[in-house]
Amino acid sequence: MELLVASAIGFLTAGGIYLVLRLRTFPVILGISLLTYAVNVFLFSSGRLTIGSAPVLRDGVTDYADPLPQALVLTAIVISFGMTAVVVMIGLGAFLGSDDDHVDDQNETPNNQAEDTA
Amino acid sequence: MNHWIIAPVVLPALLAPFIVLAARYHIGIQRVLSLAGVIALVAIAAGLAWQTSDGAIVLYRLGDWAAPYGIVLVGDRLSTLMVLLTAVLALFVLLYAIGSGWDDRGRHFHALFQFQVMGIMGAFLTGDLFNLFVFFEVLLIASYGLMIHAGGSARLRAGVQYVLYNLIGSTLFLFALGAIYAETGTLNMADLAQRVAMISDVETVGIRVAAVLLLLVFAIKAALVPLHFWLPSSYAEAPAPVAALFAIMTKVGAYAIIRVYTLIFPPDLKIMAGLHDFWLLPAALVSLAIGMIGVLAAKKLDRLIAFAVIGSMGMVMVAISLFTPAAIAAALYYIIHSTLAGAALFLISDLVRTGRANLDLTPQAPVAGAALTAGLFFTVAIAMAGLPPLSGFLGKLLILQAAFPSDLMVWIWAIVLGSSLISILGFARAGSTLFWKSQGVTVPEDTPPPPRPAALSYVAVGGLIALLVAHTVFAGQVHSYTSAIAAQLFAPQDYSTIVLETPGKLSIPQEDY
Repeated sequence: MELLVASAIGFLTAGGIYLVLRLRTFPVILGISLLTYAVNVFLFSSGRLTIGSAPVLRDGVTDYADPLPQALVLTAIVISFGMTAVVVMIGLGAFLGSDDDHVDDQNETPNNQAEDTA
Repeated sequence: MNHWIIAPVVLPALLAPFIVLAARYHIGIQRVLSLAGVIALVAIAAGLAWQTSDGAIVLYRLGDWAAPYGIVLVGDRLSTLMVLLTAVLALFVLLYAIGSGWDDRGRHFHALFQFQVMGIMGAFLTGDLFNLFVFFEVLLIASYGLMIHAGGSARLRAGVQYVLYNLIGSTLFLFALGAIYAETGTLNMADLAQRVAMISDVETVGIRVAAVLLLLVFAIKAALVPLHFWLPSSYAEAPAPVAALFAIMTKVGAYAIIRVYTLIFPPDLKIMAGLHDFWLLPAALVSLAIGMIGVLAAKKLDRLIAFAVIGSMGMVMVAISLFTPAAIAAALYYIIHSTLAGAALFLISDLVRTGRANLDLTPQAPVAGAALTAGLFFTVAIAMAGLPPLSGFLGKLLILQAAFPSDLMVWIWAIVLGSSLISILGFARAGSTLFWKSQGVTVPEDTPPPPRPAALSYVAVGGLIALLVAHTVFAGQVHSYTSAIAAQLFAPQDYSTIVLETPGKLSIPQEDY
């Protein structure tokens, strides 16, 4: 199970980083989503991997799962979900405003062109 | 337990939804509420700073759960000073936003402003790393809204870059937190300090990775080269009062580095060897150089100021990366100076913008009130470039003095002094183009006179400059206070003792040990 979880985190992160380095907004947002999935699984596994053990104290139970990472993951999921929604909205606004969905500063040029022609 | 310490977080947190719910259609009521809230914050922050000025550490346990199980807020000299600085800055920025009418050019400015202040205050006060992440997110979410306030496609494009960069930063922060939790099993800062010190010398891989990841996250916030790319566009495109408020956001990164790397990963810890002097210091020097070269190279006033902010953050980080008490004291003095000067510059750029079509550094018809605006720009540029007699000069002297024992002393002195010269040239060029050469531009007779900025705008800028002057005049007192802060930071035992050994719910009774 360790191998499966570790390689899942690795693949998600690798794919996320590849997509984040793309030029257009949509792949970058997808990449960030992949990265947040990776980090959620990573946070989850930071409390050690256990199967079928209780996170809360109970009589007669000796194996416990760490409850704290579960709370951390919950917070992280909520925040990253909200943030992704925000960036989609701002990205849409920028795309509709300038008819261009590149992430980098290509629209700097009108200013420079004006000076070049001057 | 004293409840005042949570007031800087709770007050804006309550005020913001109230503004949205009760006053969303009345800009006048919004202004009154927002201003009253910020004035109350200044009073509360001053009270907290006074309370902790004798070296006392104020602990607030949320829900009365004992650390490390519950989340704690901790006020010591450093955090209350930063809270006071934020409150004062917020007051003047808010005055400017109201005076210039920026708050009326889009919706929900005041609510977002309050949320932003709440996040910054929380980040300064928290004693828990995950809570620090949450407050970072609060201040970032609010800053996304403020950054694209009043819209416009250039601003939205810069907003996309800003949000994406910070999302990646947040993800990195979570990776760092996960790694730290996996290594130590805690996220309370005081508890972490004790557990990190206990890690044996042969098993340091995980914690070293975590320490470097965390440093990267804070370096993104502090806009350290090569992680500074988000800053120029977003600060230049953001509405000027918002950019002025953002002047404190880079300092949140600097604060987090000072806090975490004196308390949890102190510089004398073996695993930290090489991180500060081999990586952080050169990066800070490069930031300083690139920032000031950017000042000289910028074609627009707002970009010029954004690069000046990068340069001054480089200066702060040079001092921080020396990690001696004298250097931290100098860094804190410079942080106050650079926050006030950076904010004042952004506000002045908006005064210029009021009377011009754009902020290009080309001769154009003189702006309304050009003499006064030019005088203000001249004063703040002197402060920012670090010329005598203002506080930038004193701060730089303190940093140079603190760098004297360093191995890289020659490099630090050369780059600090050289970049100062470049920034003086940059500011002189910008100022003379904007204000002097415009005198020679002939204006057609029938053009209407450019609009004048409101008097309240000048009051806000003048207030910031008055604070800069006070920061210079009372430099002795301020420096002895920042030295006391540094002394407290380099003796973190008190902090750990108070956080961990104040009894609360779930405390382990002493006899169980």
